Amino acid sequence: MNLKDKFTELKTRDEGALIAYICAGDPTPEATAEIVHALVRGGADIIELGLPFSDPIADGPTIQASIERALDSGMNPDSFFDLARSLDADVGADVPLVVMTYYNLIFKRGLEKFVSDCVKSGITGIIVPDLPVEESEDLALQCRKYKVDLIFLIAPTTYPERMKRIAENGSGFIYLVARIGVTGARDDVAESTLSLIDAVRSTTYTTTPLAVGFGISTGDQAAAIIGAGADGAIVGSAFVNIIAEGAGADVPERVERLARELKAGCSRRPR
Amino acid sequence: MTQKTTTKTKFGIYGGQFVPEILMPAIEELTAGYEKYKNDPAFTAELDRYLADFAGRPTPLYHAKRLSKAYGVKIYIKREDLVHGGAHKLNNTIGQALLAKYMGKTRIIAETGAGQHGTAVAMAGANLGIETVVYMGAVDMERQRMNVYRMYLLGTEVVPVESGSKTLKDAINDALRDWVTNVENTYYLIGSVVGPYPYPVIVRDFQTVVGKELREQIMRAEGRLPDSIVACTGGGSNAIGAFYPFLDDEDVDLFAVEAGGSNLEVTGKAAYHSASLCTGELGSLHGAMTKILQNKYGQILESSSIAAGLDYAGVGPELAYLADVGRIKPRNVSDDETLDAFFELSRLEGIIPALESAHAVAYVKKAADTGELGNVVVINLSGRGDKDVYSVAKREGFESL
Repeated sequence: MNLKDKFTELKTRDEGALIAYICAGDPTPEATAEIVHALVRGGADIIELGLPFSDPIADGPTIQASIERALDSGMNPDSFFDLARSLDADVGADVPLVVMTYYNLIFKRGLEKFVSDCVKSGITGIIVPDLPVEESEDLALQCRKYKVDLIFLIAPTTYPERMKRIAENGSGFIYLVARIGVTGARDDVAESTLSLIDAVRSTTYTTTPLAVGFGISTGDQAAAIIGAGADGAIVGSAFVNIIAEGAGADVPERVERLARELKAGCSRRPR
Repeated sequence: MTQKTTTKTKFGIYGGQFVPEILMPAIEELTAGYEKYKNDPAFTAELDRYLADFAGRPTPLYHAKRLSKAYGVKIYIKREDLVHGGAHKLNNTIGQALLAKYMGKTRIIAETGAGQHGTAVAMAGANLGIETVVYMGAVDMERQRMNVYRMYLLGTEVVPVESGSKTLKDAINDALRDWVTNVENTYYLIGSVVGPYPYPVIVRDFQTVVGKELREQIMRAEGRLPDSIVACTGGGSNAIGAFYPFLDDEDVDLFAVEAGGSNLEVTGKAAYHSASLCTGELGSLHGAMTKILQNKYGQILESSSIAAGLDYAGVGPELAYLADVGRIKPRNVSDDETLDAFFELSRLEGIIPALESAHAVAYVKKAADTGELGNVVVINLSGRGDKDVYSVAKREGFESL
């Protein structure tokens, strides 16, 4: 399933999307598959799989540690696409898969090969946190050719002119960075997040869905985000924390429980 | 004109701005700020005063007679080791700290590996009265306790980085994260000609004072330009600073000498060297397309060198471009060749070089009798070796130090 169809489906049900991030291979590829299944059981609508890079400058300590564990487990782009292909066979019919990785891994594989590998393994969107719109032309060309969504980020520091450029160039959804800083679960959702959603809507008139990430870890926060007009809530660190803590067998259960809470928040649209 | 850039932010295919969106407005602000002040008479006059009275410029160009005799070519040494702080680093940090002040920033952050750049940032910050925070890997802090204390003396907060390998690249990652978080009041002071545009240009311009002085000094001494200029290259700031005013002088050969480490081999995760210009492949690291040490998947390799200041998996994008078009000649020397040169310069000239700078000396020794360097050679001696005395002594078996 692609992102457009997923967001259309959710709209008819009047729900916000729960977009769950985990890093592929943390702590093993087998564990990742189990966790993805748990996320889907818990109600995750879109799975964002991290392809681990050695120098993840845009990620906070939680995700960085997750990336290190994944690299230590031997995760690489070849095994990543293998894993994605098997996940796509299991859940891809209902749940779009998206890859999040840094530009050098894409560039080194070859832009066209990377994008066509995405298509072959059922990945429908690409997020590249160190690729601003200025540098994105070559990758965007391949994404258009293969009909893969290139998903851009908008930050609290992004000014209107840049918002417009980003909205024009991205597809799938727009990833709104909830607050200044890097990834990591926080206790509350900043007011500025809510005004960022308004600013993007009123500036760009975009019809591309807006998903908010960075710092969401509870159902109430997800509800607040969706209530403020976002089309989706992106949750990463909160899931990764469970993975980091749990050597125990209850990790999938805890992940599923958190996903269920978050998804309930995403579905609770205040009137 | 080989130094013409292909686009505003790139040198040929190198450079660019591969950074998170959240930083783009800050980078645009920096670009505008630099354009505004770089030729501003008040700014340049103030910078010149700092360079003269605080940094101790101009530095001498010294005819090294005994070294010349030993190696069989006429050798001049550009004495950047005499800059305040003991290296060329301050040329850049004082320039950027002043820029930060003109731009109204109240806080400066930086990363440091061995502590040389951090110390130069601390000196500039203290002198200009700006708060400074330096990120340093916990492992590096343990290895470089003297520099940590120097920064402390200078009033800088040194933040230990406990993630990853707890060394320079992790410190860069954390400094970038700080900038992402505090971008409104904070200036990120990069120490070499690396990172996203405009840093490679800003750092180059502030280091070009080396090459400008050198040009005048060699004309006075020799009545002509040198046949070659030799500089060590990690990120490459001292090299591009010395080379830049000579780029149009095609008769002056420019040698960028990298750290060959123990050998030029790599494993899946690490390189035994830091020779990115000589052996690296195109890729993006820390905001720029350049030649980098990476594995077949594009994961960045841990680099290695006897000289901490050269121990970096990337290189300045402009140097990568100049190497491709044949204007500079990338070379490398091993740790052992470097140590020989370290001892030789100390004994023959009474100058203990930084291990980084000793790479340039080692290459002159290696290449002098091939004729490649010509007859009149300038070594850019980027720093002094006091900081390295302990580690060399330990390596030589003087454990009691």
